[in-house]
Amino acid sequence: MNILVCISHVPDTTSKINFVENDTQFDTVGVQFIINPNDEFGLTRAIWFKEKTGAQVDVIHVGTAAADPTLRKCLAIGADKAYRIDTTPRDGACVAQELAAFAQQHAYDLIIAGRESIDYNGGMVPGMLAALLDIPFVANCVGLDVDQGVATAAREIDGGREQLKASLPLVIGAQKGLVEEADLRIPNMRGIMQARQKPFEVVPSQNATPKTKDVSFEKPIQKAEVKLIPADNVDQLIELLHNEAKVI
Amino acid sequence: MSVLVFTETENNILKRNAAEVASYGVALAAQLNSTCSAIAFDATDAESLGHYGISKVIDVAGTPKHFDAHTYADIIANYAQNNGVNQVVLSSSADAKYLAPILAAKLGAAYVPNVVALPEGSTPLKVKRSAFSNKAFAFTELLADCSIIGVGNNAFGVKEQPTSCTLTSFAADGYTPKTEQLAIEKVTGKATIADADVVVSGGRGLKGPENWHLVEDLAEVLGAATACSKPVSDMGWRSHDEHVGQTGKPVATNLYIAIGISGAIQHLAGVNASKVKVVINNDPEAPFFKAADYGIVGDAFEVVPKLTEKLKDFKAQH
Ligand SMILES: Cc1cc2nc3c(=O)[nH]c(=O)nc-3n(C[C@H](O)[C@H](O)[C@H](O)COP(=O)(O)OP(=O)(O)OC[C@H]3O[C@@H](n4cnc5c(N)ncnc54)[C@H](O)[C@@H]3O)c2cc1C
Ligand SMILES: Nc1ncnc2c1ncn2[C@@H]1O[C@H](COP(=O)(O)O)[C@@H](O)[C@H]1O
Repeated sequence: MNILVCISHVPDTTSKINFVENDTQFDTVGVQFIINPNDEFGLTRAIWFKEKTGAQVDVIHVGTAAADPTLRKCLAIGADKAYRIDTTPRDGACVAQELAAFAQQHAYDLIIAGRESIDYNGGMVPGMLAALLDIPFVANCVGLDVDQGVATAAREIDGGREQLKASLPLVIGAQKGLVEEADLRIPNMRGIMQARQKPFEVVPSQNATPKTKDVSFEKPIQKAEVKLIPADNVDQLIELLHNEAKVI
Repeated sequence: MSVLVFTETENNILKRNAAEVASYGVALAAQLNSTCSAIAFDATDAESLGHYGISKVIDVAGTPKHFDAHTYADIIANYAQNNGVNQVVLSSSADAKYLAPILAAKLGAAYVPNVVALPEGSTPLKVKRSAFSNKAFAFTELLADCSIIGVGNNAFGVKEQPTSCTLTSFAADGYTPKTEQLAIEKVTGKATIADADVVVSGGRGLKGPENWHLVEDLAEVLGAATACSKPVSDMGWRSHDEHVGQTGKPVATNLYIAIGISGAIQHLAGVNASKVKVVINNDPEAPFFKAADYGIVGDAFEVVPKLTEKLKDFKAQH
């Protein structure tokens, strides 16, 4: 089985979000970038398939060399080969088009992306990719098994989960639950050494056309100070929620 | 040129969020001097969309047996392409977010999720959406001939403007689903985090799963869904689908009550889109108080039962 894991490279969850150039650019100064947490769950499942069934696991990122350390980390965790499509992607549609063009030239049985990137929160790449390739897609994927070319997958839905069956090739949007958090891999010394020898290919881009453009950003207005209510006066809280906030 | 709203159904009844997406679609059409219709799959109450200004509902007959996102996208794309639809409006539910990117690829449309207001300008449309896990907003231009707008939950609100509503049947046949549903497990009769007006959430401050009656009793009085912080689900005190935050479910409700939750940045990122936040925590320095509207500094084990009792009295009177 050949597996492609799509990796997005995002600011660490604790990052302060600021903008520069008149609020038109995200300020990356001092920001630590990490593998998108949803992709980490997907990568871990891919490596599980590699260890159990001998699957080949490739990772791919559409972007600039700034993400190379993130891809190296994926190799150190256990992926076999890394690709980077060399471009500054302008939106999710561009990324999906680049990935689709790449996937069409390779024979992947399974394409694993994350539910959403935690930076721009588009949640659009995996679904668009599946549609462009005209293959099945399971979003919010919290369980995946493959047996003789057929996948059974669990999808988290509002208030529960759904079990689905789909043929390969298949795209999934991975998230927490796909593997246990305790099973997430961190690179060890041996993995880091091995990663240096692993193939890493930079692929030219298709110059896909964007469909959207983020023209500026704004931070939420600072919240008014919290209204504190004495612990022995819950009646006051109820009164405020009813008359002032009008939510009960 | 027209606006099409996708309204979701559950057990043949429109979901609650249909009212909000319909209101948005109608307002968008008014702004663009356009018309607005809705597309619904097997809704027995589709005409009720007239309350929100929808005068025409495309009633899809012969809907696939389960929500297969590709099939739904095929049907909507087919209708849109043959009826001059330039804007599609849908919600931010899990199903809508599953469907929208597929639909966007099929229509070659520009898709923007988590939109919080009507667009500014019309050529191109420019929308405000939340990004960076609610730590910022982006203003995004839609550059394709067709636009798909995902309205953030509770971001626009419901606007009533009754009009008479007619149904037009649209035959959906000849589609092959790309997935087969094997089973569905769903809690019934309980508010879900995505759908509820109020969410009551508990953190590690509650000490153990045996104390969750505090959260459940309060939620019951309020008709609320229950949720929890990440460590609580990691430790198995509560099931994973209650985990809210940046890496869990997003919450954008009218009222979010956090009990014994410190308010770590990853937690806040996922719940900040809620309108009113109430925090109950015994540590006055807990970071959550900075993000809250109302707070009680106190022991949850004393405050919450009192609050639940008083709310019962309040509900009995209102
Ligand atoms: C990559 C990453 C992603 C993450 N994603 C998420 C996420 O999506 N969601 C999430 O929730 N967390 C997430 N976290 C974890 C987050 O950083 C915090 O660790 C977590 O939110 C803390 O949970 P808590 O508030 O329940 O526990 P604690 O931080 O331990 O807080 C417990 C609180 O309870 C209070 N308390 C104690 N006793 C009482 C009492 N008797 N009465 C009232 N209050 C009391 C304490 O004062 C304290 O403030 C993530 C972390 C990382 C690194
Ligand atoms: N630049 C990128 N390169 C490779 N994969 C990406 C990129 N951006 C997004 N993805 C994948 O698509 C998923 C959803 O991202 P998004 O649509 O940006 O929210 C991510 O979790 C990744 O798996």
